[in-house]
Amino acid sequence: MSVIDSPQDIAREVETPPGLLRRLVRQRQAKIGIALTGVVVLLAVLGPLLLPWATGYTSTQFAGRPFQADGLFGTDNLGRDVLSRFLDGGLRLLIYAALATLLGMVLGGLTGMVAAYQGGWVDSIIMRANDVMLALPQLVFALLAITVLGPQGWVLVVVIGITHAPRIARVTRSATVEVITEDFIRAAEMYAVPKWKILVKDVLPNITGPLMVELGLRMTYSIGAVASLSFLGLGMQPPTADWGLMINENRIALVVQPWGVILPVLAIAVLTVGTNLITDSLARASANVNVGATK
Amino acid sequence: MPIILRRLATSVLILLAVSVLVFVATLLLPGDPAQAILGQQATPERLAALREQMNLNDPVLQRYFSWLGGLFVGDLGISAASGGPVSALLGERIGASLVLLVAASLISLPVGFLVGTYSALRRGRTGDHVTTGVSLVLAALPEFVIGIALITLFSTTVFPILPSVTMAPPGEAVWNYPLQLVLPTLTLVLVVTPYITRMMRATMLEVLDSGYVEMARLKGVPERQVILRHALPHALSPVAQVVAIQLAWMAGGVVVVEFLFRYPGIGQALVDAVANRDVQVVQALSILIAAVYIMVNLLADMVGILTNPKLRTGGTR
Amino acid sequence: MSTSISENTTTATPVLSADGLRVATTAGEEILHGVSFELQPGKILALVGESGSGKTTAGLACLGHFRQGLEHTGGEIHLAGSGQDGSILDLPESERRKLRGGAISYVPQDPALSLNPAMRIGEQIMEVLRVHRYGDSDAERRGRAAEVLAEVGLENDRAYLGRYPHQLSGGQQQRVGIAMAFACRPAVMVLDEPTTGLDVTTQALVLQTIDQLAERHSVAGLYITHDLAVVAKVADDVVVMLSGDVVEHGPTAQVLYRPQHHYTRKLLNAVPDLAGKRRVGSVAAITGEQAAVPQDGSAGHAAQITTADRHSAAHTPAPAAHRSLLEVSGLRLAYGENQVLDGIDFKLGQGESMMLLGESGSGKTTLSRCIAGLNEDYNGTVCLDGAELAPGTRARSAEQRQQVQYVFQSPFSSLNPRRTICESVEVPLQMSGKMSRKERRLRVREALDQVRLGDSYLDRRPGDLSGGERQRAAIARALVNAPSLLVCDEVTSALDVSVQASIIDLLRSLQTDTGMSMLFVTHNIALARHISQRMAVLQQGRIVDLGSTEDVLENPQHDYTRELLANVPTF
Repeated sequence: MSVIDSPQDIAREVETPPGLLRRLVRQRQAKIGIALTGVVVLLAVLGPLLLPWATGYTSTQFAGRPFQADGLFGTDNLGRDVLSRFLDGGLRLLIYAALATLLGMVLGGLTGMVAAYQGGWVDSIIMRANDVMLALPQLVFALLAITVLGPQGWVLVVVIGITHAPRIARVTRSATVEVITEDFIRAAEMYAVPKWKILVKDVLPNITGPLMVELGLRMTYSIGAVASLSFLGLGMQPPTADWGLMINENRIALVVQPWGVILPVLAIAVLTVGTNLITDSLARASANVNVGATK
Repeated sequence: MPIILRRLATSVLILLAVSVLVFVATLLLPGDPAQAILGQQATPERLAALREQMNLNDPVLQRYFSWLGGLFVGDLGISAASGGPVSALLGERIGASLVLLVAASLISLPVGFLVGTYSALRRGRTGDHVTTGVSLVLAALPEFVIGIALITLFSTTVFPILPSVTMAPPGEAVWNYPLQLVLPTLTLVLVVTPYITRMMRATMLEVLDSGYVEMARLKGVPERQVILRHALPHALSPVAQVVAIQLAWMAGGVVVVEFLFRYPGIGQALVDAVANRDVQVVQALSILIAAVYIMVNLLADMVGILTNPKLRTGGTR
Repeated sequence: MSTSISENTTTATPVLSADGLRVATTAGEEILHGVSFELQPGKILALVGESGSGKTTAGLACLGHFRQGLEHTGGEIHLAGSGQDGSILDLPESERRKLRGGAISYVPQDPALSLNPAMRIGEQIMEVLRVHRYGDSDAERRGRAAEVLAEVGLENDRAYLGRYPHQLSGGQQQRVGIAMAFACRPAVMVLDEPTTGLDVTTQALVLQTIDQLAERHSVAGLYITHDLAVVAKVADDVVVMLSGDVVEHGPTAQVLYRPQHHYTRKLLNAVPDLAGKRRVGSVAAITGEQAAVPQDGSAGHAAQITTADRHSAAHTPAPAAHRSLLEVSGLRLAYGENQVLDGIDFKLGQGESMMLLGESGSGKTTLSRCIAGLNEDYNGTVCLDGAELAPGTRARSAEQRQQVQYVFQSPFSSLNPRRTICESVEVPLQMSGKMSRKERRLRVREALDQVRLGDSYLDRRPGDLSGGERQRAAIARALVNAPSLLVCDEVTSALDVSVQASIIDLLRSLQTDTGMSMLFVTHNIALARHISQRMAVLQQGRIVDLGSTEDVLENPQHDYTRELLANVPTF
């Protein structure tokens, strides 16, 4: 060739930017977050398995009189062993929060992508419906649903999932709008690639960054929401062992027998801080390198 | 200005749609509100009379409109739990909650703005790292975790100086006992401020990197004036949006905080009503909170419109 | 002559001098490796380089300003009459700031981003005057603001001063930027690509303004640009930069006509030339009448054409002897009040290359997208081989989609960053043919070969490729189905000039080799002789000039074409 491309461009070939996950785990903050989250998740998952060996009681068995210092962490308001209830009380919270987050991601991700890609009246309807949903704060919406349908597990999951959806849809929509203004979408249109294929192959891989961030954020909020509802006595119902409910049951004796409150509060705090640290690192990792190609 | 009118109309429409959503909740309720109010022992005559009084025999659409009409004149229906009108139940509680909300906003807004701006101006230095770290941790914690941490610190073990529950005698206003307001307010402040701080920082960073801020520096404008005149006004509108969302978040968060501190506001009433499946009260409060949210959002958008000459003047090009 | 000039420049005292300037990223990568130059009063020095050469970094360093993430690591900037022995990089930030806008000022590349959108333009000019305590009263300063606006050729009444930036056109915004930079009568002005994004007529006006201001008030100018034609027009001396180094330095005439460094020669060779005296790349420029690519053995198809010249307007010269492949007639498109296309008629012959020239807002991209089926909102007809094409690619047959191919303006946007080159290039094959995976890969390899990209590119992603390589891959995608018409929409405008040359070169040889027709859409009239046998000039949705390239350039029929030709900077 008579004229070569400009040399500084060629020099760039050498380094390929590492993938999103690699960029994530390189950050110290993310490592701390993963460690914190890991500890609590392990505790919640292994707790129910270890339970009878660890304490000699099940979570609903009476171990003695209320608010006594028996055992490692004493007894709760009804005289059940605090450690047993603590070990048994995390898994359900995690599962509910994860399911709610997943439901929200699927609903919100789909509606957001479709709204952005279809545009026109489909977009208007979806976004107006979102505005209506957003006008009710998440907790208020959940309380309204619980009044009508009762405090059951599936109600918690569905209602928290649904209230996440419009928020996730907004983020997905704006990320998608950014991608679909790119010419490679126009090119796919030009070659008459089916619309669903464009969404799956051209749009989705280019919005994984914001979606992952949203996943982390909503997981943090789901944990908070499920725990808060249980704390209000409107989520998990007695005699189920649950961290949120434990706090509600034991807080009157915070001075005499603090462990029934402190253990679950600590666990929830460590968990949410952990997930939030991961999410923040994810956001940095996804914002840092040219995810959507820019000039 | 047509743009503001249009925005106003949208708000009204959204509020109407929310009212439909909230109203549908009663229809989904198993059983009959009259039965719920009077309990199992009610005589058929009294049931029929109450049904008549609550218009339960009318078609759904008519019930919706009479309920909606009632909202405008302050008739919020009859509480299933107490048997009395909802408005009487909520009257003074609304005032008590407002005190909490306003106090928390008055503290968290300026603190959030200042800390966020400070953090942005010290980008990458220790001060910035500390504030972003603290706000990241605080933003993760649910309200009750922060509240219990505060109670543990200030009213039980470490410094037992503040009351952990609100105990105003019935009939007396909460603000006659300012010490009891400290912890609930502080909890709300700690919940909301980190978000405002983070948003303020992010927006300021973006604005500080903009072409017009660089240009202002390159034409010799002193840094103080660059920030006050060229950067801050542009950060205002996006931050107003977040503030609106956070204030609405606070309306939800206040439920948990009031429950935790036994504060006699609408949040406490809401939790009680849900526990008693007192739909009328829940509906009334949902609409109220939604209305506040929509109004605050409207205000935020106004800020956006007024600070942007392109929207204000309509633009000729 | 050249020696006398250079003696002259060394003896005169410079207003500003950069001496061994080094700048590095905070991560430690050096951006400028010791850059030196001098600015003389009343003279303009052009700082020339392609993207990534560090020219803007060097320009901003003259104001003692380093962008976020960059730091000064060595060398000095001297500004006559400031600081201890005039070394401004030794001054603290607050002292440097007093110089900026006063003794030395800056005109940014993109005025739309650099003017504060929430401040009236009069107020923005007043601010710089006030900060530097120019004049004794606001009334005096207001007078000065009005004066500089007049000097850059803008209105200066109260109403105009009260406008917001978004109420001005791009050219007006740029002149406000210049007025602001000039308001305090600086000794030095740094101009960072101030005419990029302006159309040639506005560019000519802005260049003239700068030239006059510099000369009349003996201001020293540092003009940062990538455009050598602009350099020829405005600069007295030239510094050529490559990857943070100065590779050539001298009076304009010497650097442009007797370049010493091979990089300068390469740059100069790549500059398209309206007169066609130089050749860009390996293919000779088109001067005089040049027939389109001759056809071989496809005469049978010619019988299909029945419409003949029904639509050809009176001013349209009869197309060459061979049959026409594409016929556009009565094409109209409006968005609300805005008539984007206002009755477009033209024909494109088999194997012919045609330039569609227009400035921004002329409707050229809309037109090309209508032809390619990417815009379906038009009225009128587009016929290919005598058959009318449906608006919108999805409504066209697979064969029609295969025949018309479109290459997008920006290769940074037209390839999915998450897909390998092979995956992107094979999409047309996937959609139109029944080829197996293996056959497709083979065909993609051939197409990459056609655009001079080797096998090694098959499994790489766009992020690993340079702009030029990406555009080649995008062209390969268009070629993979062997189209009969290639529509190229501003395909070189996002690329550096040397890359542009290689792409033009490639397109020309591809067209000759394959015998396809080509519609080359551009705003750059200087490319005409390098790419097309015929050209159409588009203005506000209408074709105002149409004919062979030679005819249109030598004998323009319309005032607009004449104005364009008069304003194109050449050397």
